[in-house]
Amino acid sequence: MAAPLSYLGVGLDRPRVGVFEFTSCEGCQLQLVNNEATLLDFLNLIELVNFREAMSERSDDYDIALVEGSISRADEVARLKEIRTNARLLVALGSCACFGGVNQLKNRFGDLDWVKKKVYGDFPIASQEVRPLADFVAVDLMIYGCPPKKEEIEKVVTNLVVGKKVAMPKYPVCMECKANENICLFTLGEPCLGPITRAGCDAWCPNHRRGCWGCRGPAEAANVRELEAIMARHGFSREAMLDRLECFGGFSSQVAALRGQPRRPRKARSSKRS
Amino acid sequence: MIFATFSKKELPRLFDLLAPNTVVGPVQKGLDRAGRPLYDFDVIYRFQDLRLDYPTTIHSAKRHFLPHRESLCTFTLQGNDWEKQVDYNVYKPVVFFGLHACDINALNKLDKVLSSPPYPNPYYTAKRRNMFIIGQGCQPQPQCFCRSMGTDTALHGFDLFLTDLGDRYFAEILSATAYQFLQKIITRPPTAKDHDRYKEVVTERNQQFQTTVDTTDLTKLLDLEFESAAWQQWGDKCLSCGTCANVCPTCYCYGVEETVDLDLRGAAKTKYLYSCNLIDFAEVAGGHNFRPQTATRLKYRYYHKHRGFVEAYEESLCVGCGRCGEACLAGITVPDVLASVRALGG
Ligand code: SF4
Ligand code: SF4
Ligand code: SF4
Ligand code: SF4
Ligand code: SF4
Repeated sequence: MAAPLSYLGVGLDRPRVGVFEFTSCEGCQLQLVNNEATLLDFLNLIELVNFREAMSERSDDYDIALVEGSISRADEVARLKEIRTNARLLVALGSCACFGGVNQLKNRFGDLDWVKKKVYGDFPIASQEVRPLADFVAVDLMIYGCPPKKEEIEKVVTNLVVGKKVAMPKYPVCMECKANENICLFTLGEPCLGPITRAGCDAWCPNHRRGCWGCRGPAEAANVRELEAIMARHGFSREAMLDRLECFGGFSSQVAALRGQPRRPRKARSSKRS
Repeated sequence: MIFATFSKKELPRLFDLLAPNTVVGPVQKGLDRAGRPLYDFDVIYRFQDLRLDYPTTIHSAKRHFLPHRESLCTFTLQGNDWEKQVDYNVYKPVVFFGLHACDINALNKLDKVLSSPPYPNPYYTAKRRNMFIIGQGCQPQPQCFCRSMGTDTALHGFDLFLTDLGDRYFAEILSATAYQFLQKIITRPPTAKDHDRYKEVVTERNQQFQTTVDTTDLTKLLDLEFESAAWQQWGDKCLSCGTCANVCPTCYCYGVEETVDLDLRGAAKTKYLYSCNLIDFAEVAGGHNFRPQTATRLKYRYYHKHRGFVEAYEESLCVGCGRCGEACLAGITVPDVLASVRALGG
């Protein structure tokens, strides 16, 4: 049994944490066990009671549910609702959970039966339109990113444990990119969604000379119209911009506005809610 | 002011004499998409990396005296007791090799806020007091409008200022330290010919300015044009990204973040530079945002630079370096904004 937690002489409860996955690549979960240098300190802050990727115990008695993945099957909806009932705090971990993530790209095709046939042939498999967690249950906190930065997860968990406010940056990635004094990718001739994407990743991609793909979703004042003009001025096509905007699902409402109408038939959307 | 001239061959020797300190100067940082060289300030280890012919830099030299993130203090916690550690982050004097007049004037402006009563900032002041500044004459770029802002020459705030006369430098010596360093290289007092050449070079340089800003009665104009439609027009374009403040040599706004270490045995207070264009710049405890509209935030950036600061210090908080306009992806530049406010308001 680990020693009791305390901060400045005040005893703290170690929250019981369950980690769950839905439709995802498990990359966000992997981040939880990443960063060996701080892993023991991280694990010391919480009591893990359910984490398929890292342990065999399975308990339904947890305070915090860290939920990875999007919802793409009816049985996932039922399991998510159960987690919601058990958890005091339900955290959407990563882009799939927050926005649908890369998985929601399939929604672009409109005819989902055709998609299923293309991928699985005649193999019988349950699959429906990909939706974020918040379409089915109340989500208390979102940790953005594909994957989120481990440092950010550590900060969120520390703040939850000591009872400090958890706040995500509201400004866009450019702010961090400029603080790192990168040369702007537009100057180098590459597109970037940094001006409209929520910061917090420390401009991960631009730091490595890759344009942002918007995995963290929109910043709180995302001027998509102006970005469209900027892309055009720099010679990038509208589709090239839409490709990026659609990649992680965070900009779905902006994309719908840009395309002039929702791409998929109405009934596909409503029939999947229950 | 004491003047001297010295051969260009002496400059590497001066560099070597100063090299035991941290030397910061302009370097080339690759090429843009059209193959044009890009420059920025960085720590210089070899004289040949120094690019004194630089037109301008993408970012100002700010991170060397106002870092984007800086630890204000850390705490070591033990039981219910704690110990505070403060570090002004000054380890070695920093030599700034080749600052243009605008950037020297930017430091002079920052001094008025950050090194003066009532609240001198020890982190900034400690770094400022440990600087040795070598200024260098510039070639005005199309976006430069320092002449309109009265910051195209530096009268103080440097140790040594060099003007390129072709095969030799004309040096203005402003500090005893600079004088002593010049004793260690070969210099000579300037002749009448040097004076003439200096005046020629400076006149030639002054004829190259292409951009001007009409600052006549600007503070009053801004007061009158508080409701101008121009603000909304620029606000519609603005990305609320903070790039303008980040590249600006005089923007000093900041936030403070308090963090607890993962092992709960330490904590830290960290200062990070912020920008008045960011959506929550004027958000207060309880969640009320005094400036939720982008256009309002953009307007207040201009009000601070060109009105509020002028009323407080009788000078603008903009040195006309043009960096913000160059870096702004939405193409929002100070000359354009101020001209449109003047024109639309008429
Ligand atoms: S590279 Fe991207 S994130 Fe960085 S400043 Fe340019 S647009 Fe912004
Ligand atoms: S730069 Fe953009 S795509 Fe890359 S991690 Fe950050 S938010 Fe995601
Ligand atoms: S003026 Fe330009 S650089 Fe400044 S916040 Fe607006 S878009 Fe960004
Ligand atoms: S506001 Fe723009 S032009 Fe003025 S000093 Fe700052 S970066 Fe330079
Ligand atoms: S208020 Fe805006 S313009 Fe003024 S110093 Fe702060 S960030 Fe710069």
